[in-house]
Order: sequence, then structure tokens, then C-alpha cells
Amino acid sequence: MTLKHARGPSCVWDLFWSFTLLGLQGFGGVLTIVQRELVEKKQWFTPEEFIEDWSVAQVLPGPNVINLGLMFGSRHFGLAGAIAATTGLMLIPSIGVLTIALLYGSISDNPIAQSALKGMNAVVAGMVLATGLKLIPALKKNPMGFALSLCLVLLTLVSVNVFKMPLAYVLLGIGGLSTLWAARQLKRITTPTTLQSAASFDASAKVSKQDASTP
Amino acid sequence: MTLTISDWLALFLHFSADSLLAVGGAISAAPEMHRFLVQEHHWLDDATFANSITVAQAAPGPNVLFVAVMGLNVGLVASGGLHSGWQSLGYALLAAFVCMMGMLLPSGVLTLVITNWAHKNRELTAVKAFKAGVAPIVVGLLVSTGYVLNSHNNHWSHDWPLWLVALISTLLVWKTKIHLLWLLASGAALGALGLLQA
Repeated sequence: MTLKHARGPSCVWDLFWSFTLLGLQGFGGVLTIVQRELVEKKQWFTPEEFIEDWSVAQVLPGPNVINLGLMFGSRHFGLAGAIAATTGLMLIPSIGVLTIALLYGSISDNPIAQSALKGMNAVVAGMVLATGLKLIPALKKNPMGFALSLCLVLLTLVSVNVFKMPLAYVLLGIGGLSTLWAARQLKRITTPTTLQSAASFDASAKVSKQDASTP
Repeated sequence: MTLTISDWLALFLHFSADSLLAVGGAISAAPEMHRFLVQEHHWLDDATFANSITVAQAAPGPNVLFVAVMGLNVGLVASGGLHSGWQSLGYALLAAFVCMMGMLLPSGVLTLVITNWAHKNRELTAVKAFKAGVAPIVVGLLVSTGYVLNSHNNHWSHDWPLWLVALISTLLVWKTKIHLLWLLASGAALGALGLLQA
């Protein structure tokens, strides 16, 4: 399925190289880089689309960023796009990581490398947290309303950090209930204005053929 | 010690199962990998296992590449290590490839099938409700992950510099457009210079 987007990769190679660059910049996770590059700079995703796709990537099994690449690639260029995005993310970085593993197999024995890694991990923790904070405004368009969405964010925080609830329970429990509530809200929507805001929340709707035909 | 055909198959199938278990990221299947590779088959020892994760974290790329490093180490151990000749390198790379394919194929196929279905049915209330319902949870999980990544540094009097670094990094990423590689390099440099131990 090949769809045109106002902004998006121009061809499979563009996709491959863009994701290669993302992979090469990602230390301790690629998510923050993806948000920076694809949402803020290239604008291949709106923040709302990004949250939606990231939600799906996180809920499905498998590495999250790879799932995101598969979804994004296949939406633009079908199977070829999915393969281009994921090989881009992994091919060159895997050559790098395997070379390092072969040369410096015992990085954990080296105290300087260990402290450097600790410093990097603290930076990465801040990066991931900031990415979460940056996505909060995108919840304003959520059909459940901004206030309830914020409560759900807090509830998730407390469940994970205070009650140490496993991820699967959080997603199935809180996620399940909020999905039911969102379904109820979506069905109640009748006025045209709210319909519009609900439609704009739907990422896929933006990549429709109608959009492509408008200049 | 070399790997038999059935060992190769077991390796592939094990990572295929992990692939489908790994909700929330590849690392969530790490305990299961430890049970299989270290406890059950003794293909890796504890140190090499932990090391594989650390090395992959220190190098650029998606976190899931730690699976390739584990495969590489399984191959190296099984073939007697690099000093036993070039075929050992080939063996190690093959093992890395087999483990990675196991880790990626099942979840990848599942993701493509489900997201294509969801895209075709994007006007269904169920699909819209799911995306809207899960979005706040996922934002909450990101903020939590940021916290969890640093929460093992729980000796406040000793670890406060790490929390300060995390806080500064949060503010800089949130409010400025500073390139992330500068932040990572600064964190690594501060750590290597020993400035993060109070």
C-alpha cells in the first residue's frame, strides 16, 4: 500500500538512510532521537500520530523501535518500506556493536568505562523522561479529554513506580479500561466540531488519499 | 564444545519465543534469556551475559542489538574463541545472525499483520478507542521509564550527582534543541572523569 503524505520519505533509500542515521545516534535507546528527528525536524509524524504509533509499537511484542520502523515503513512503501526502515535501524549499528564486542569483550571489567556508562545512563534516563513530557500536549486532542488523560498518565506513573506493577498488568488493566471509556466517548460524539477533533486525532486519517490530492 | 543442528534450532526457537514475550521492549525478555543461555545450557556464564547487555548499551543502535552480542558470545564460546582461528569468527557471526532473526521475525510478522489490519479498519470505533485509550498510558510509561532507568541509583547521599545529571538532561531535552549526542558525550565524560561519585 503506497500512500502519499504531505511530508514523508521521498523513496525507500531516503527511508533507509534516515533510519540508519537514527540508529547510529541512538545510545541506550533510539526513541528520543526518533521524536527529535521525525517529529520535530522532518515532521514525518505529527505529535499525535507519533503517540498513536508509539502506543501500538509498545503494546505489540517485539522491540519497540523496530515495531515503529515496521509500521512507518510499511505505511509508506509496503513491505519494502518495512524492510528498509528496520535494516536501516540495525545494519550499520550491528556491525558497530559486534566489532566493539569482539574488540572490548570485557567492558564491564573496566572501571572507567563503567563510570562513563553510568553517566550516559543518567543522561538517557533524562532523555526518555523529557520525551514523555513533550508528548503530553498531544493528549489535548484525545477524545477522553485532556484532564482525564493527565489522570491516566499519573495513574500509570504511580502503578509502575510506587506499586511496581508489571507492564502487562498496566497495559491490560488501565489500558483496557481506558480503551472502553474512549470507545464510549467516541460513540457519544455527535456535534460536527467534536467529530472533527476526533478525526484529527486519528493518525491514519491524515494519510488518506484525500489529503494527497489537496495541494 | 560445538553446537549441533538441534542446538542451532533450539537457539533460534528460543529467541523466537522471546520475541513474542517481549512486550515493552526486548530487554523485558532478558530474564528468560538468562534462564535459557546461562542456567539451562551453560552456553554463557553470568559475566558474559551481563557484559553482552552492557556493550550493546554503550554502542549506538537499538537496544535489541544486545541479542546479537549474546549470539556472538555463544558462538565464540562454543567455537573456542577468536584465537582458535578465523572459522570461530564465522561461527560467532552466524550465531549472532540466528539469534537476531529469531528475535525479530515472529514479532515483526505479527506487527505487520496487525497494523495493516488496523490501518484498513481505522474507522472502526474499536481501533480508534484503542489508540486513544492507550496513548496516556504510554506517555506515563515513558515518564516512568525515565525514572526507573535511574532508580537503581538509590543511595541518595552517594548518587545525587547522577540524579542531577538526569534532571539537567531532562530539562535540556525538553526545553532546548541541543543535539542529543552532546548530552551523551558530556554524561560519559563526567562519568569517566569520576565526577559523578559524591
